[in-house]
Amino acid sequence: MNLFKLVSDLEQADPEFLDRINPRRRVFQYLGNAGQKVTAAAVPAILASFFNRAYGQGAALPSDVQKVLTLALQLEYLEFHFYNTALGISGLIPTSETAGVTTIRNDEAGHINALRGVLGSNAPAAYLVSDFDYSGGGGTGAGPMATALVPNGLGNTNGALFFAAGQAFSDVGQRAYKGGAPTLNTTATKDILEAALNIHSVEARHNSHFRSVRRAIVANTLGVATAPAVSPYDAAPKSWISLIDNGGPTAPDGSKPASAAYGAGNPAATYPADNNTTQATVNLASGTYTAAAVSEAFDEPLDPTTVQNIALNFTSTAGKAKGLFQQTF
Amino acid sequence: MSHNVSPGTQPHETGLDRPLHTPIKRRSFFMYAGATAGATALVLAGCKDDDSNDPSRLDVGSGDGGILNYAYALEQLEAAFYAQVRTSPYYAAAGTPASVKQVFDDLALHEAIHRDFLKAALMANNITPLKDLMPDFSKIDFSSLNGILAAARTFEDTGVAAYNGAGRYLSNNTFLALAGKIVSVEARHAALIRDMITYNSFVSSDVVNTFSPTLPTSATAAYNGEGTASLTPAGSGGNPVAGAERSRKPQDVLNSVNDFLAAGSKLSATSFS
Repeated sequence: MNLFKLVSDLEQADPEFLDRINPRRRVFQYLGNAGQKVTAAAVPAILASFFNRAYGQGAALPSDVQKVLTLALQLEYLEFHFYNTALGISGLIPTSETAGVTTIRNDEAGHINALRGVLGSNAPAAYLVSDFDYSGGGGTGAGPMATALVPNGLGNTNGALFFAAGQAFSDVGQRAYKGGAPTLNTTATKDILEAALNIHSVEARHNSHFRSVRRAIVANTLGVATAPAVSPYDAAPKSWISLIDNGGPTAPDGSKPASAAYGAGNPAATYPADNNTTQATVNLASGTYTAAAVSEAFDEPLDPTTVQNIALNFTSTAGKAKGLFQQTF
Repeated sequence: MSHNVSPGTQPHETGLDRPLHTPIKRRSFFMYAGATAGATALVLAGCKDDDSNDPSRLDVGSGDGGILNYAYALEQLEAAFYAQVRTSPYYAAAGTPASVKQVFDDLALHEAIHRDFLKAALMANNITPLKDLMPDFSKIDFSSLNGILAAARTFEDTGVAAYNGAGRYLSNNTFLALAGKIVSVEARHAALIRDMITYNSFVSSDVVNTFSPTLPTSATAAYNGEGTASLTPAGSGGNPVAGAERSRKPQDVLNSVNDFLAAGSKLSATSFS
């Protein structure tokens, strides 16, 4: 590691960098490991912590970066509280699935930590479970997904509706991270970009797992990942999105409350629906490959405004009053 | 005598790649100068034991083009692997479940689509694609589901870590967006394969920095997080983000992946550190 080049690069990227870090003598108090024994292995982390301190307080983050990270944090709270609430409801989640949902809940808590860490003093106050309306009613508590948190509620045998909601939330999450990544790609925020990519792929892993659970519920083979997917893939989906999965899960009232999660954003050319087969102006489904296969091979980004519009359906009156999912992009 | 080979045989028009001939670095010279029997071994502090300066490796190049070629190489390998899975003794066996075959059919299609797409993207951007690489799957047991899944898990987890670790090197956001569209699909693959090997291992601690939160006892209380988490990606030697995957640097990935590439097709990514 060439420390001098690193400082020089940072200075070029951010002319105020040298003002932002502390004068030499006091810099060590901010390394985060003061007083602890420093091992050789810890040195890169300490040095990284030193540089992160320049950008980790939130004050120096470009405003568009801050907004993307804030939206990501809000989505993480939405998911965290959903899974956390479900885990506390006896009889909701089948025994074979408790460990997996617990892990997912814990990952979301980790992501909350990470995002709060980078936002620093600019992180919004923690969102509470009461800031969300998991019925999908946007504050009424009477939306089409109301029985997702009711043990053996309508459409929720073996937690079918709960896992459907989990799939929809994590699909919105992974599309949102994809949509926000370019904003994070600045010279000064490469570490933040990489962290976001590393979170993004975990959301996709969660989603893949939820889909496997949903297939198993339909096939009555809980605990096995190889239950067959059944066309048109809204109830027993593949572990990847095929065209638009027929609009996603069907609610007990017959509606498709998650259809926007698989649809186009705005502008549609940049944020196409998941059945998109044109990548970088090339229609990949024109020859050997079917439209379904091509659509499966790529997930699509979603713009922050569309993401927020979807998430507002799951936001309570209290949450809306706090400005949850209402940033201007 | 030694030189790093750039992809393709003709000069590059966009200037994205480095010159065809790269002067040999001093460290490499010492490594070779000390090779004769009885010569004093020169111990170079901090010199990593990797293939990065090996002249027999094909370098992916530099800049955005280098990253695209790096991705193209990985997709070539995955596509070849799943193509071979579909002609494997396991796949052909009478008892192999249709749902399992469907998974492998999809995986093969996705990787072939990724491979063909990346090649087209390279050419559309006037970057010479890497040659058709020759894999070496001799270590993989294609006769059993376990053997196939173990290899698949390696390829998919590595692919995700590779894309995540490569994003920072892309300056063109169109390419970053495309990489983002692909990596989440690789993560879906990886999670399913892991769940097929051991159910619920889709985000195990070997690939994800597992976080164990200390939650408030009341479900209605606020969760404010538990202190500042380091942002340093794992590939840089720091602690990875809580609850997130561990990205890897290009050269580190290729050092692993070269085990599955035949001599003459092994790769390096010396431009990305």
